Amino acid sequence: MRKTYFDHIAAAPLHPQALKAMLPYLGEAYGNPQSLHSAGQHAAAAVDAAREEVAGLIGAASDEITFTSSGSEANNFAVKGLARAYQARGRHIVVSAVEHLSVLNPVKSLEKLGFSSTTVPVDGTGLVDPADVEKALRKDTVLVSVMTANSEVGTLEPVAEIANVCRARNVLFHTDAVAAAGAVPLDVRELGVDALSLAGDQFYGPKGSAALFLKKGTRILPLVEGGIQENGRRAGTENVAAIVGLGRAAAIARAEMADRASRLEPLRDLLIEEMTRRVGHVVLTGHRTRRLPHHASFCVEFVEGEGMLLLLDMQGVSASSGSACTSKSLKVSHVLLAMGLDHALAQGSLIFSLIDGTVREDVDHLLDVFPPIVERLRNMSPLYTQFLKENSR
Amino acid sequence: MMYSDKVMDHFQNPRNVGVIADADGIGQVGNPVCGDMMTFYIKVKDDRLEDVKFQTFGCGAAIAVSSMVSEMAKGKTLDEAMAITNSLVAEELGGLPKNKLHCSNLGADALHAAIENYRLRLKTGGKAAPAAAAAHEHEEGACPYCEGTLEEGQKGYCGACQVDLEECPSCGGITKKGDGVCIHCGKPLRA
Repeated sequence: MRKTYFDHIAAAPLHPQALKAMLPYLGEAYGNPQSLHSAGQHAAAAVDAAREEVAGLIGAASDEITFTSSGSEANNFAVKGLARAYQARGRHIVVSAVEHLSVLNPVKSLEKLGFSSTTVPVDGTGLVDPADVEKALRKDTVLVSVMTANSEVGTLEPVAEIANVCRARNVLFHTDAVAAAGAVPLDVRELGVDALSLAGDQFYGPKGSAALFLKKGTRILPLVEGGIQENGRRAGTENVAAIVGLGRAAAIARAEMADRASRLEPLRDLLIEEMTRRVGHVVLTGHRTRRLPHHASFCVEFVEGEGMLLLLDMQGVSASSGSACTSKSLKVSHVLLAMGLDHALAQGSLIFSLIDGTVREDVDHLLDVFPPIVERLRNMSPLYTQFLKENSR
Repeated sequence: MMYSDKVMDHFQNPRNVGVIADADGIGQVGNPVCGDMMTFYIKVKDDRLEDVKFQTFGCGAAIAVSSMVSEMAKGKTLDEAMAITNSLVAEELGGLPKNKLHCSNLGADALHAAIENYRLRLKTGGKAAPAAAAAHEHEEGACPYCEGTLEEGQKGYCGACQVDLEECPSCGGITKKGDGVCIHCGKPLRA
């Protein structure tokens, strides 16, 4: 059976060159970068080189990059670390309604410490209006965090415009670019952001490799305190192999980003067009054109996501969903609800995110096996029966 | 795989899917907020379930549970069918993941609602109409979000997954505090 992998947002395969670069640091090159001896200095040089590569991916300077263990850690670090470092300016935070939980939950925990927050809405395509961000700013606003791209619906947010609004009011701006970095061109100077999170596993680097960009001169309180690693911003012995893999993946992404997008975008567009044409009552979620080049997401009416995922898996297709049943929290995706979808429709969520190497035949396979799956589940759905009854009247 | 072979079998080849046009009783349970909805149709002859059919909107577990309930109930007397519990169904299926035990294991409730609907009709002579299930029975002391067991007197917090919990004022189910809606019945929680 043909195996087709459409779950890039969950995990992308490690690039063979990144793996090759990492291997020595899982083997003979085991020195601690903080050590003075040559084994340590060899590892330190590898970490420095990786920092250069990661900085290069987003147009930053290498001393503006702090390595973290995950995109979630980078987001936690930015939100908690910046809000607490600058709380003398005020204790109000602004976020969008579709942020990742690793932004939203730190804001919640800051609220327990006396901070307050405002959530900016999105439109039906998941877009934040910069004017809404401006309206949400108060005298005591210290930080705004709006993501670069949403991993559930693929929408690319107007980050540069929002950064403009924040800069004019002397408010710090962080963007969670975990879903976007390595997939679309990002330049921190052009965007005008103060902080940006990225994760290697989203651009064919290893899991457990991520970074936070912090504009030079920006203060931050560390989450992990201890030694002087990462310039005192994050204590703990460096995960040298992961950092080296991240650096290599960043260098490759920088060189190949445009090529990758030009291969994946036509497949994404084919998937969006054909899916909505071949299956009735399917809606695209997110923006039609302002979206990640490898991302197609839908809501299928009258059926629930988990059933579709299980049946797709039996046909060799890996995908994901934002339905309540597929989440450990037993709640439907807050992103879909924020976009105004009702619960029943949101339960039919499906996300297809393409990895580099996906070919036309993979998309054709998905388009062949999917319609019968939907038909099968609809035939046992009381919601579909009810819909047919109401429509026949 | 998170599901047992038996669950996967019933999910892939569900028994007794469909609608009975001239049903003697109809029962419904669930709502789109939790993501699972089931409708059961029964045909009764000489106090026995001559036919049982169902339709389900929901996850793999919800579909397998419905299928299993229909199989267990068919041919049984009404009293025997009323004795089928959600936990018996889960046992027959070779177990369910813990977080599915609470939100997807509603088949017996829907079947019972259909039988109650039939019995009510016998008394009043009305038409078979979808009847909502009575409040779902909740497993005592289990966290709906993980494998954890809630300690006596610690109902407001799961130590295993570190989630603040509260009892839903509408259905009595344990649900996450601050979620806005109950994961069992979909009704709003107190602010």
